[in-house]
Amino acid sequence: MKTLISLLCGLIFGAGLALSGMTDTAKVQGFLDLFGHWVPDLAFVMGGAVLVTLIGFRMVKPSSSPVFADRFELPTANQIDRRLIIGGVLFGVGWGLYGYCPGPAIAALAYLDWQAGLFVLSMLIGMGLVDLLSGQTSE
Amino acid sequence: MNFIQPLLGGLMIGIAALLMLAGTGRIMGISGITWSAVSLAADRAWRWCFLVGIVLGAGLFHWLSGQATPEPNPAAWVWIVTAGLLVGFGTRLGSGCTSGHGVCGLGRLSKRSLVATLTFMSSGIVTVFILRHLIGGYQ
Repeated sequence: MKTLISLLCGLIFGAGLALSGMTDTAKVQGFLDLFGHWVPDLAFVMGGAVLVTLIGFRMVKPSSSPVFADRFELPTANQIDRRLIIGGVLFGVGWGLYGYCPGPAIAALAYLDWQAGLFVLSMLIGMGLVDLLSGQTSE
Repeated sequence: MNFIQPLLGGLMIGIAALLMLAGTGRIMGISGITWSAVSLAADRAWRWCFLVGIVLGAGLFHWLSGQATPEPNPAAWVWIVTAGLLVGFGTRLGSGCTSGHGVCGLGRLSKRSLVATLTFMSSGIVTVFILRHLIGGYQ
């Protein structure tokens, strides 16, 4: 049942990304072009999504358990540290450079263009590189 | 300006995140789910179902609506690889992307996620400014 719900979440999320315009790199870069030819449309994507989570997450009680799992597994980290900031900066540079963040890049695999495939492959390698680096510089 | 489609798409993204939290007890963070799907040994089924759902959902949207798929960004492969590496490295180092920190983290009123979101948004805006207005686009 958990896998079925996950599949359903993926379907809604993927369709929502495509409908919203997030899989269109030109629109994403236009949205990030705040000091140039700003295209504000995609502000409504984050606005609509956060509106639902802000209200909806209040109604999910962490004291109970999820419908199809034993317990909630939520992030516990709350520190604002160097990793968070450096990670955010690097992610933003990559996002601006090409116009894909992880979700839309994966959704765009449906378009069967080689670009999305190469992007996702590079993204996975980038994720793996963190282990390599933190293995050398772990405190 | 077209805000109806971005808003509806954003609401769908929020609903997917809410369904995932209430149904499976998990945060719908794409970068984290993707990395766990390829790197973890156990509990991978629901993650892969979600990822396959994203691709199917995006494909189904264009198929059923008849809306053309967006043109891929014409940047050369070097830009794609660089951007992909940065997005992968940055999201893993910073523990999240637009969905985990943005959509879900803001919905949970997490200060850490707010800082992450402001960081990658700012860095994306600066990157597009440099790319489009200082170096004049993809060279």
